[in-house]
Amino acid sequence: MVLVALALLALPFALAGAGTTWVRVTNLAILFILLSLGLNIVVGFAGLLDLGYIAFYAVGAYVYALLASPHFGIHWPFWVILPLGALVAALFGALLGAPTLKLRGDYLAIVTLGFGEIVRIFLNNLGSPVNITNGPRGIARIDAIRIGELSFARTDSFLGLDFSGPIKYYFLLLAMLVAVIFINLRLQNSRIGRAWEAVREDEIAARAMGIDTTRIKLLAFAMGASFAGVAGGMFAAIQGFISPESFVLVESVMVLSMVVLGGMGNIWGVILGALLLSFVPELLRYTVQPLQQYFFGRMLIDPEVIRMLIFGFALVLVMSFRPGGLWPSAVRKRELAARSEDPA
Amino acid sequence: MSDLLTCSGIGKSFGGIQALAEVGFSITPGEIYGLIGPNGAGKTTLFNVLTGIYAPDRGSLVFAGAQLAGLKPHEIVRRGIARTFQNIRLFANISALENVMIGRHARTRAGLLGAILRNAATRTEEADSESRALALLDLVGLRERANDAAGNLAYGDQRRLEIARALATEPRLLALDEPAAGMNASETRGLRELLLEIRGRGITLLLIEHDMRLVMNLCDRLLVLDYGVTIAEGAPAAIQGDARVIEAYLGAPAEA
Repeated sequence: MVLVALALLALPFALAGAGTTWVRVTNLAILFILLSLGLNIVVGFAGLLDLGYIAFYAVGAYVYALLASPHFGIHWPFWVILPLGALVAALFGALLGAPTLKLRGDYLAIVTLGFGEIVRIFLNNLGSPVNITNGPRGIARIDAIRIGELSFARTDSFLGLDFSGPIKYYFLLLAMLVAVIFINLRLQNSRIGRAWEAVREDEIAARAMGIDTTRIKLLAFAMGASFAGVAGGMFAAIQGFISPESFVLVESVMVLSMVVLGGMGNIWGVILGALLLSFVPELLRYTVQPLQQYFFGRMLIDPEVIRMLIFGFALVLVMSFRPGGLWPSAVRKRELAARSEDPA
Repeated sequence: MSDLLTCSGIGKSFGGIQALAEVGFSITPGEIYGLIGPNGAGKTTLFNVLTGIYAPDRGSLVFAGAQLAGLKPHEIVRRGIARTFQNIRLFANISALENVMIGRHARTRAGLLGAILRNAATRTEEADSESRALALLDLVGLRERANDAAGNLAYGDQRRLEIARALATEPRLLALDEPAAGMNASETRGLRELLLEIRGRGITLLLIEHDMRLVMNLCDRLLVLDYGVTIAEGAPAAIQGDARVIEAYLGAPAEA
């Protein structure tokens, strides 16, 4: 435990040695862990399939961008905007949840997919006649986070270590991650977490136990969305520029893959899934080209192509050999065992 | 004694099929009331109307002085009616203990903040839920299986676990849909003891059951349904000799 903590604290400085890029990649990976943990509440805990989850990330990002950029000339501090982004995203979560309460499985997936697209299309088209989102051009020059005199945009030296912008974000994200993991663990093992489990297992029985399934499902949607809202705000602050392009369907599918591949319902499995799917494509990006050069003396296949090919192939393999994910939850293991015993 | 539950003029149809027509009965506190009838008579439909899964087309259900028609299932549970299901509906993949603890939902309060902060009130509530759940598992004889997944329990054990889970909601009326189905003779005897014990705790029982020996031995009064209509009501002894009941079960005597 202590060793893991020390390693995590030392990590960015080690990575910075290899280039700031790797710190940035790590930061993006943490954002994806935050997203996966949020989606895990909806999909893993409450059993509601959501294919439009990235919309809440977009909402959080745009809330931050609009309230801390020259676009409207508003420059609110991050400690106001991030919670606000979480709140607005949660409202959108409830908004999505309300019309889908009677839907399950495939039907719910289609509606959430539509919702994700609607949000993106709005962001794309709210550039005129009244310019709210600046349309496909996106919003640039978003304020970096600053805490008092400490700006995340520049490098400071402290205790002989260089704290660059990305390294500062790394530590802020790490703190958020710890908080989110803590909240997830607490929720899972609580009255609310058990009610989510009940809804996932059998909705009619859940109602017969006195659970207001409407409320408990909306709560799952809102809670999951609020995590994405915070992550979105951080994304906007780190990148300094956002546009609707960052919030396409593939991103929703990516986050869902992280949850499923890692192990739906198991917090640690989901983190593992997010880490793998964030880092492996990046590693491939830097290894595919040199390897080809070494073996064939020239580039045969575009690294971008082979990267996604390997990625897709890995997904297929994991899902066929470990259908519960790499690190499944105990409950999910039982479900799969029960299904293989009873092939009906 | 004033009635705990009074149903009158209950009607429910699905498309063109009249599942219940003008069904009326009342249950007094502390009795064991049986609901019998051939398959398709409307017994389970009546249960679903009573517990809010279906809204009745007509009629009124007054429980402890308050109208139930139109309430949602979770509101009805809060008022004190709990049920089990004919085709067992446990949360199969989670532990027996957690199944019963989920039954505490209606009687506990911890919300999102309580869950995250785990303050003193929440900790007390959780500990209380767990100890009550364990006590109920004790009552139905499943204390040793507390950590086993509900779906891995033997059939009879699953039926008893469903009863424990329903009891966790602290009902005044416990509605059991074929609790003895699939049980062998000794399990059924055990069930009878359990139901008497539950009645001894002041809980009124409403029972759908096909095991006639159990019904006749256990119930204070019976309601017989056939094609959604009441065909008889009264003490078991009177029901056994009722010509219409015999006809419903065995068919009309052949014309000479």
